[in-house]
Amino acid sequence: MLLSGADILVKTLIEQGCDTVFGYPGGQILNVYDSLYTHQDQINHILTAHEQGAAHAADGYARTTGKVGVVISTSGPGATNLVTGIATAYLDSIPMVAICGNVPTTQIGTDSFQELDITGVTLPITKHNYFVGSVEQLADTIREAFVLAKSGRPGPVLIDVPKDVQIAKCEYVPQPPAKPTSPQAAKDIRIEEAAKLINAAKRPYIYFGGGVIAASAQEEMLALANKIDAPVGCSMMGLSGIPTDHPRFLGMQGMHGHYASSMSMHNADLIISLGVRFNDRVTGNRAKFATNAKIVHIDVDGSELCKTVHATCGLRGDVKLTLQKLLPMLEEGQKPEWISQVNAFRKEETDYQDNRDGLTPRNALLTLNRHLGSNTAVATDVGQHQMWSAQHLFFRTPRRFVSSGGLGTMGFGLGAAIGAAFGTGERSVLVTGDGSFGMCLNELATAASYNIPVVVLIMNNGVLGMVRQWQTLFYNKHYSNTVLNRKTDFSALARAFGADGEAVSTVQELDAALTRAFKQEGPYVVDCRIDKDEFVLPMLPPGGSMDNIIVRIGD
Amino acid sequence: MKRFTVAILVNNQFGVLNRITSMFRRRQFNIISLAVSETESTEYSRITIQSEGEDVVKQQLINQLYKLPDVCSVLEFDPDESVSRELLLIKVANDPRTRADVTVASDAYEGKIVDYTKESIIIQMVGDNRKINNFVNLMREYEILEICRTGIISLDRGGSTIEKNLFI
Repeated sequence: MLLSGADILVKTLIEQGCDTVFGYPGGQILNVYDSLYTHQDQINHILTAHEQGAAHAADGYARTTGKVGVVISTSGPGATNLVTGIATAYLDSIPMVAICGNVPTTQIGTDSFQELDITGVTLPITKHNYFVGSVEQLADTIREAFVLAKSGRPGPVLIDVPKDVQIAKCEYVPQPPAKPTSPQAAKDIRIEEAAKLINAAKRPYIYFGGGVIAASAQEEMLALANKIDAPVGCSMMGLSGIPTDHPRFLGMQGMHGHYASSMSMHNADLIISLGVRFNDRVTGNRAKFATNAKIVHIDVDGSELCKTVHATCGLRGDVKLTLQKLLPMLEEGQKPEWISQVNAFRKEETDYQDNRDGLTPRNALLTLNRHLGSNTAVATDVGQHQMWSAQHLFFRTPRRFVSSGGLGTMGFGLGAAIGAAFGTGERSVLVTGDGSFGMCLNELATAASYNIPVVVLIMNNGVLGMVRQWQTLFYNKHYSNTVLNRKTDFSALARAFGADGEAVSTVQELDAALTRAFKQEGPYVVDCRIDKDEFVLPMLPPGGSMDNIIVRIGD
Repeated sequence: MKRFTVAILVNNQFGVLNRITSMFRRRQFNIISLAVSETESTEYSRITIQSEGEDVVKQQLINQLYKLPDVCSVLEFDPDESVSRELLLIKVANDPRTRADVTVASDAYEGKIVDYTKESIIIQMVGDNRKINNFVNLMREYEILEICRTGIISLDRGGSTIEKNLFI
């Protein structure tokens, strides 16, 4: 059938299985919005307050569903407002397709109103991007973008569609949803090498990240852990990958990781790394990182092998399929000495635990845990509250911890929580700080308008806590521009947006507030007052190793 | 630091060179020379890049290249198993006192004088990196007015060709 580019665009999205898009209209994308209007029975468009919120929502949707998140914006400022959201998705390998309008092809290159070279701008933060020069290319470009976003290591893809391409007509032939390129196991010879190293290991430690969640390799990973009797830890991106209370699970490791997890990694003789990229927050000083350990590294992206740390054996391939081939080659065995050493680390961790009464960050999050359902997605922003959440929140289902790991985007959380609510079809939670929340709180308007049940827990300490923590420890307590002490009344603000909320300053009040919040039909803001001098501990000082770990302040 | 040359077969499309060089820039890989042209097929362009770095850097560079969807194939050249050439155009002052030395040197390097005026001589020379560098160094004895080099292009010896071995 002969259709306009705008109709082809929307029909191709529908054909690719996309039923929810996030975005914001504007001059150069009007035709697409007109088509969204006529197709609203087949595709749901969520209007946000700002394009950045839309990009984060598409990201939150993708993280919780594993599907491609789609965001639509106009040209120029609409497109640049997506940039932080696209970069966030890129650094965390989240499948996303961003569609921007642009000025007609006849005006490209003339600096016309709201013209911007968005393919140039997003070159380093997308897997790939497209400028669609003619309507004949449009449908296939969108299909290719979906394939790329999902294949191998997922990531964002941007499509720039000039207005005349949206208007022009051509034949549209529907196609089935495009499948990602089929995943492949690593080479047999590498798997054999890895098996030898694993069979020879006395103190193996399994370290997994977002790649295990992306590949749905949890079952294989746990089979591996059980077969070789190894403890399991993860990077922040791996959280929710396995149930928090799994007996083999030591929690997140790294700069603010669990003591037992980091110490076990530090003392291991073999680190079996699955879908991770050895970020600097994980390794600390790379020269002193796990110096006695060999590393087996399995990742779908070959460029991650030996990028930052030297892997004794690097396997490029799908984590799930590679583990399936690897498992039969491994000898089953108990490692009582190693496990008792790990248990000793666990005991030490318990000794360091923050057991104070009152509304401490830990107590606040333990209270929140009691309200979380097994399928509740929790988004965070970035800073102290994010690390406390990573340390203390309890997860039972994969893809339920939604947090900006790689880029560390303050302002990510509210949009992401909205996207997560659409993704899971359930109430979602945002744990944020007063600093982060201040960045993109305009999306409360979105949550209120659509009556989206989002529980917003603001860990309000009146300061930019994480930066302040560094200033306390490393900058002579020069609290340069980290003391906010703003006059914002967050519960009044919530009401102004058409939502509701309250402030709490004790654990009992918090519990009662959360009970109300989790019954609310729409968004509910809980302004949780905590002390400005709370620390995230343990902490691996920058450039330090596990020998320098700070477990208590005053040490 | 070790120098190495890679050929990259890419889709012959608008903006692809920018994608390649942008990746080099943001990951801080140095480009010593770069040559781009169409190939035996109109579908592909061939980019030959000379870069430098340890083996880890080289491997990372190749891995990153393969992640770009427009890259079809990457070939690293073994100096012993490949032929590498570049073209030099060098303009030196035509000084009666040094004229003979310049032309003798050019002859010795199998250069060709392609322009000759009262003020200047342009010599054209084809050779590998080392030959061209040596000749340029030799010319520094005289007055060099301008130098222009095309950058290295390379082919493997024998019947093998760059494969279109698409990665995931």
